[in-house]
Amino acid sequence: MTVKLGIPSKGRLMEKTFDWFAARDITLRKSGSDREYAGAVDGIDGIELVLLSAGEIPRELDAGRIHLGVTGSDLVREKLSAWEQRVIEVAKMGFGGADLIIAVPNAWIDVDTLDDLDAAAAAFRAHHGFRLRIATKYHRLVRDFLRENGVADYQLIDSQGATEGTIRNETAEAVADITSTGETLRANGLKILNDAVIHASQATLFRGRRVSWTTDMRATYKALQSKIDG
Amino acid sequence: MAHGAAVTDADYMQQSDLLLDLYGEDIRARAFTTQDPVRGELMLRPDFTVPIVQHHMASGADPARYTYMGKVFRKQDRIEARATEFVQVGFEIFDGSDPAAADAEVFATFAGILRDVPVTASTGDIGILRAAVQGLNTTPARRGALMRHLWRPRRFKALLDRFGGVTPVPETRKALLAQADPMASMPPLLGLRTTQEISARLDALREDLAADPISQGERDLLDALLRVRETSPNALVALRDISVDFPSISQAIDGFAARLEALSARDIDVETLPFEASYGRSSMEYYDGFVFGFAADAGLNMPAVATGGRYDALTAVLGGGKGVPAVGGVIRPALVADLSDHDKGATP
Repeated sequence: MTVKLGIPSKGRLMEKTFDWFAARDITLRKSGSDREYAGAVDGIDGIELVLLSAGEIPRELDAGRIHLGVTGSDLVREKLSAWEQRVIEVAKMGFGGADLIIAVPNAWIDVDTLDDLDAAAAAFRAHHGFRLRIATKYHRLVRDFLRENGVADYQLIDSQGATEGTIRNETAEAVADITSTGETLRANGLKILNDAVIHASQATLFRGRRVSWTTDMRATYKALQSKIDG
Repeated sequence: MAHGAAVTDADYMQQSDLLLDLYGEDIRARAFTTQDPVRGELMLRPDFTVPIVQHHMASGADPARYTYMGKVFRKQDRIEARATEFVQVGFEIFDGSDPAAADAEVFATFAGILRDVPVTASTGDIGILRAAVQGLNTTPARRGALMRHLWRPRRFKALLDRFGGVTPVPETRKALLAQADPMASMPPLLGLRTTQEISARLDALREDLAADPISQGERDLLDALLRVRETSPNALVALRDISVDFPSISQAIDGFAARLEALSARDIDVETLPFEASYGRSSMEYYDGFVFGFAADAGLNMPAVATGGRYDALTAVLGGGKGVPAVGGVIRPALVADLSDHDKGATP
């Protein structure tokens, strides 16, 4: 049985993944046309390439439909409960770096820390009659972080895109989103809280824990590992 | 389950906005949610407390006592092996005439059911902690902030350290308050939070900066109070000792003493009954007085077999300000059965 390696199917993340493996003498490429989601692997035997959306890779790893997968460490933590029991980090790949942070309007001159956010949330709830809304798509990570840090009187609002715009549209008061340069946040009049880096994410090669590996697959994995370790 | 209690039931699906408002975002991690095109977001009932209180407030009966049995539903995000649906049997008393007697009746009812089951009781009293915080010699805003985080021990400690001058004022805040008029250089406003709210918070921060720290003596007393963990009679003595320097808790301790007498009257052996001042602090925040639980040996890694407590404030929130003193608890029959089997296996 072949080892199925899932990687992001398009964009910079895919290209960087190709580069990362190429630097380790493994050539990954799309077979057929550029629009076709099928791939080929040269330089190592027994590995089959599967092209997937980065967001689906955690779930596919967990289900055992792929054995290895490249995706953001943020997505694994968000999409898998007790992720350490489901996947193993094989290698941090050093690209696709971005921080999951909490940001509030620049005009909130009184809010720079989680302590401030908590106090502002309490006053906001008393004043407006509902909990301060934080827009995000990272529900699990944000909720766990705020619970851990004892922030109360907030609620999460689901936002799958253009999250920075929710404050201007008055559907949220704060956002929790992923950012690499902070450019989009600044352009939207938002600032990052000092002590609210929820997770520093980067592209990571994961191995699923729950599949039974055959002897052949183990041999393939060992060959791969020696190439990765150089 | 108990004499004179009306058998009550509740809908499986509860409106989620009310539960969210009461419990906060954490409830989404615990309760299963679903969508209805008309009613919006709904939750499979994570417990009976809210619907029973709503039922009581709508019926207007007072005093009243209720019992119920049915399934509740909880996501098990961290411990997969735990049940996501299980039966709870509950008993609640809404009666303000004699709180100590009502506390004792509820506790004794559960203790009676569990008489032959290998569980250990724990008790505590959030009311004593609340009285201690209310009695601190500091600004109402600081007391309010501590009260709000009574159920989040880590944040509570961080606040207490800052109000006590143990941790310094954050640099960002110092710089902000050093400006003659911080509002003058405020960037353009965005979103619902108003200029007045920001300005009000600045006033609160200035007031906080000017306030004297909470004294070492008071912080030590609070620490000593939170560490009390003894048999009930010894705990009573320890608490009375603390109250000499901390008179604000005296009344709450009288309540504790009265409850011990009421428990004795119901044949509970209070001499060995454990009391832990911090008990119930990290669980759901609606309990505000007596709290109790019955747990199996920690090695079995089992959730609590029975839990309960007093929730006077919750009834006020749900009753639009008009509260009724209420105390109650739940038991999980399946865990009782497991423990009884386990016990038979272990001691043939």
